[in-house]
Parts: sequence; C-alpha cells; structure tokens
Amino acid sequence: MREPFEQAVARHGPAVMRVCRAVLLDPADAEDAWSETFLSALRAWPELPASTNVEAWLVRVAQRRAIDVIRRRSRAPLPVESLPEWASTAGGPGADEGLWSEVAALPEKQRLAVAYHYLGGLPHAETAELTGSTPAAVRRAAADGVAALRRGLAGHPAPSRALSPEGADR
Amino acid sequence: MTTADPDLSAALPVDPAVLEHLSARLAERAGQEQLLDVATRTVDSPVGPLLLAATERGLVRIAFEREGFDTVLETVATKVSPRILRAPARLDGAARELEEYFAGRRRGFDLPLDHALSRGFRLEVQEFLPSIGYGSTLSYGQVAAQVGNPRASRAVGTACATNPLPIVIPCHRVLRGDGSPGGYVGGTDAKTTLLTLERTA
Repeated sequence: MREPFEQAVARHGPAVMRVCRAVLLDPADAEDAWSETFLSALRAWPELPASTNVEAWLVRVAQRRAIDVIRRRSRAPLPVESLPEWASTAGGPGADEGLWSEVAALPEKQRLAVAYHYLGGLPHAETAELTGSTPAAVRRAAADGVAALRRGLAGHPAPSRALSPEGADR
Repeated sequence: MTTADPDLSAALPVDPAVLEHLSARLAERAGQEQLLDVATRTVDSPVGPLLLAATERGLVRIAFEREGFDTVLETVATKVSPRILRAPARLDGAARELEEYFAGRRRGFDLPLDHALSRGFRLEVQEFLPSIGYGSTLSYGQVAAQVGNPRASRAVGTACATNPLPIVIPCHRVLRGDGSPGGYVGGTDAKTTLLTLERTA
C-alpha cells in the first residue's frame, strides 16, 4: 500500500473506533483495541496490496484485536496499569452519547451483526464468518438490531441525523 | 462491498479528542517499535502553513501549502515509505529553528537532513546552495558555474524548482540573471518575503 498511513488513520479511525466500541462496549477496552489495530496495521501496511479495501481490512484486524482484549480481560480483570492516563469523557455526564447505551442494550448477536455490517461495512457473509454464524442469521440479527436502534433514536432528545429506513436494508 | 451506514454512524458519536490522543500515542509506540519511518507535523509561518517531514536520518521534506500536503505525502510514501504518521515531537527541533529564522534570530540551519528525495545533478546543486550566505544571492548561471557546469543554468533552475527542502536549503537565494526573483516552489510572493526578511533582519 502506497497511501500515507496517517491518511488511513484520519479516514478510517472513527469507523474502527465505532466497531471496537460496539464489540467491546467499555470505552477504555475499545481504545486499547483501536490502538492495537492501527499498530498491527502499520506493521503490515507496506506489504498490503494496493487493491485492498482498507476499511474492511482494518475492521477484520480490529475484530482480532478485540478478541485479544476480551481474552486479556477475562484473564486479568481490571489491570490497573492499563487504565488510560487521561480522563475519558465517554459516558460522562453531559457528554453526547448518542445511541451508545441503546447499542449496549442489544442482544449480543444483534450487536455484533450491527457492529461489523452497519458500522464496519462488511458484507453479511463475512460478518457471519467472523461471528461464527450464518449469513441469513446475521442478516436477520442486523435488521432486528437496527430496528431497535431506530426505536431508540425516536425517543432520543437531539439526534444529529435521523436514521433512514433505507439504511436498514442495505 | 458494502460500506458503513452513514446515518447510524452519525448517531454513534466518537470523541475527536480521544482519537487525537490515541493517534499521538500510536505515533509514540510506532517510534519505539521502529515502525515510524516518516514523522510529520505542520507549522505556521509568514509564508503560510508548512508541512515538515523527517525520517530517522533527518528532515526529508518541507512543503508549502500550494503544493498540496496530501499530494506531497503521497510522493513521500512512494519514494521513502508509506509508514507515515503525524508525530509533532519528532520535529520540535526543525520547528524551533524555522521559528527563529522567521523571527530574524537565525541565519543558518543546524539540522540533520535526509536527501533521499534528490539525486544526481539536482542533489549536487542542492548541496551547494547552503553555501550562499544569509542575505546574499546568486544567479542561476553563477550557481551553474560554481558547481562546475557553467552551461547548466537551466538545470540549476530545475534543481531549485524541485528542492525538497526549501527555506532550509536556500534555493530562494538564486535569482534570474537580470536580478528578478524568478520562480519559486512556494510562489514568487514567498520568495520575495524570504529575501526581504534576510535583507532587513
């Protein structure tokens, strides 16, 4: 890949963070997974074929790094030394949290399907492979998940943009 | 290939300050693991924003905004390495010397340079240019003669126009034979600004 890596970070950093957060829920865990994703990606970057769909590739890397974080978390709950040294505003009072609490409330299958398909842009077949499911089940879970989020959005005070019905069926 | 849903993404905010912090941490860790081949930052200056890029060996590129920072970085990615990250701290020294220069407090640069973007006659000319003292000027023909190729003034012009390290390698001190400024990678106005600064500081 000959694209300057910093341009890839700027372009895809937000989407990768959404996927990490939707998969891991805890903002600090998501930040760890995001960092590990881009560090792995930087290592592989010069050898990556120029035709690669960079966002989809980063989402697949993020999926593996998120699983690493989950494994680490289950081995050593709350490792104090890995806490971020800055105050995260995520979840704090007054922070615009959008639909994050609605995402957290989704059943896991729906949440992962929404994460990889709607937030990461992966096709249903690939999402199924990553989550050990079938394309049909993932399609259903993603649609149910997005429908639930749209109901959440209706009751949300100040949405920046409305979820369009077409968005659910793409 | 489908892409992420823009409406759903908009309803799930990501704090830009957190991403900025994480990007800075990424550059730090990349540096520790020898994965940061090119560090970049931008600085403001009297000739507009400048992009600075450095390898482990030294400053490799200075660019004016009119060159298009994205285009410049794409060239650096192709010719040096695509492992490029914003890492302002790596360029603190260069930023400080440029600031002193623009304030009229510095007459020469004391920075390690990486000439990876130049070769051949152009490199020869670019390596000669710092010997033109602060505040003085030579013509393209005079520079050609000084590098031992008196008939190569046109090639000297090309070497100046393709100087990857303007300001620090002072191609702005090379003028047309009639004393008019001639072209400049940062635009004629920038060249005049630099020459005026050096005449009056």
